[in-house]
Amino acid sequence: MSFVLVQVIVGGLLLGAVYALFSSGLTLVWGMMNIVNFAHGDFVMLGMYVAYVVYTLMGGGPILGAPLATLVLATLGVVVYFGLIRDIMKGPMLAQILGTFGLALLLRYSVFWWFGANFLSMPQDIVGGTYAFAGLRIEASRLLAGIVALLVTLGLHLLLTRTSLGSKMLAVAEDQTAAQLMGIRPDTMQAVAWAIAAGATGLAGALIANFFYIVPTVGETLGIVAFVTVSLGGFGSVPGALVAGLLIGVIESLSGYLIGAVYKDIVVYVLFLLFLWFRPQGLMGKS
Amino acid sequence: MRRLIWLSVVLAVAIAYPLLMSSPFQQRLGALVLLYAIAASAWNIVGGYAGQVSVGHVVFFGCGAYAAMASYAKFGLSPLFGIPGGIVLAVGLAAIIGVPTLRLSGHYFSMATIAVAETMRLIVTNTEWLGAAVGLSGPTVPRNVFDLSFLSSLPYYYLFLAVLVLTLLITFWMTNSRMGFYLRAIKDSERAARSLGAPATRTKLYAYMLSAALTSVAGALYAMMFGFVDPESGLGILISVKILIMAALGGAGLLFGPLVGAAILVPLEEISNSWLGGKGAGLTFVLYGAIIVLIARFKPDGLLSLFKRRGKQAQDAGAGHAP
Repeated sequence: MSFVLVQVIVGGLLLGAVYALFSSGLTLVWGMMNIVNFAHGDFVMLGMYVAYVVYTLMGGGPILGAPLATLVLATLGVVVYFGLIRDIMKGPMLAQILGTFGLALLLRYSVFWWFGANFLSMPQDIVGGTYAFAGLRIEASRLLAGIVALLVTLGLHLLLTRTSLGSKMLAVAEDQTAAQLMGIRPDTMQAVAWAIAAGATGLAGALIANFFYIVPTVGETLGIVAFVTVSLGGFGSVPGALVAGLLIGVIESLSGYLIGAVYKDIVVYVLFLLFLWFRPQGLMGKS
Repeated sequence: MRRLIWLSVVLAVAIAYPLLMSSPFQQRLGALVLLYAIAASAWNIVGGYAGQVSVGHVVFFGCGAYAAMASYAKFGLSPLFGIPGGIVLAVGLAAIIGVPTLRLSGHYFSMATIAVAETMRLIVTNTEWLGAAVGLSGPTVPRNVFDLSFLSSLPYYYLFLAVLVLTLLITFWMTNSRMGFYLRAIKDSERAARSLGAPATRTKLYAYMLSAALTSVAGALYAMMFGFVDPESGLGILISVKILIMAALGGAGLLFGPLVGAAILVPLEEISNSWLGGKGAGLTFVLYGAIIVLIARFKPDGLLSLFKRRGKQAQDAGAGHAP
């Protein structure tokens, strides 16, 4: 019995690391530009489909699919920044919400139109079999996703805090004019932020595509998960997103196991609403 | 004066439309335009005038739709009795969502509304009493006229027209009341409005509750016309999307914006569905997404703002007396 519980918690942690990865993209863009990307979950969905196409057309596994999905989505991020975000950032909030929300619909239903509404999935042994480890059984695909996501999220944190690129991005987030006077181009830095944020979703999508169901509307659920994670972790904070992502992964899989699979999303959403009510600044944010 | 003439022309056209265009398809189309115009006008109160973008408005639509169908299917009453029940549910829910989130920045409000709508959809889908995934049906054979179950779309058309006129009158009255002035001040600058003593949070909450009540009426009318409601048609996120995009396309925060948006988008969807068949559903929403992106990028004030600006310039040129 307790073994099962440990198994459920480990599963939740591994999935939670992926949540943390794509949520750190959302939190980066939100914290830096004060814009919320309502299409974020659909970016993850696109990453899943890129991995799926790489598999069906070229027979490539995650070694080929993950870098390609990262690259495709990072490119999309830059295109979206220059084509849409740069202009709506200055506009009224209605335009900001409509713009990214419309983008979400556009992506979701283009995929729906092309691939249909059917649930797609990758072959179970695309990464490897299942490991038995001290009484736990862990699928290789989940293990790979969890570990890579954890490492990349930590790497992202280091990139933002320890490198000159990170400092430049922070400078733009603090004060655009001052950054410009120091010879930093805000436009370039914000485009880089979008590339990183979207690239993270592409990688996350390719990683969960190996064991998740692939369907055009999956982005809606994942988008809400990302939003919950960011609100819980405090916006703009990658470490916050990491802790919150792991926590949500565990809560989700525990409630799925204890209450029933259909209720796991409800538990996460209700948690989100409770947080908005009692602690809107997040777990780690300052009031 | 000029405005009154225009209004009577529009109203006359609306009354004459189903008599001139008498095929069942055209009458149904007209009724649907009016129905979505009611919902979008209701959204406009909170999304347009108060500037709080609700992306989960379908939850109030669902309150009305489920209340109307439940009053028939569970209590054997006319679906009409569900309307007050739906309003009470919707207003209560609006208070629960609004009190915590209207204090925060607008993004939180938008996201919270999505989360509430999805939570409700999941809960209803798993509630046997509300028909779970199958939903609830209305009367197949009307017992009397109060069951509001008609074969033709014509009675629905005039019913919806009456409700739409009422909705627009309420909106008009609201914008010219103290609340309307508060809302305009808050939308321009919430901080400035607060510092001048406008009760910002409370005013936004009232607007949200009013909008929720009217949206629930639209939901009840929808369920009566179609004779059933299920989680997808009563609580699906795409209904929220339609409501929102119609208001934004016509012009959020303008009295007739939602009507214009509905008059463009409902025929577009019906025609694309009948041309493209099953494949059309996906393409319609691709088109919707593209339209939203383009509005946000190039015309965030909506189509009607084109006319408004020209009208304003003409007014300014002509001595500029108040209308």
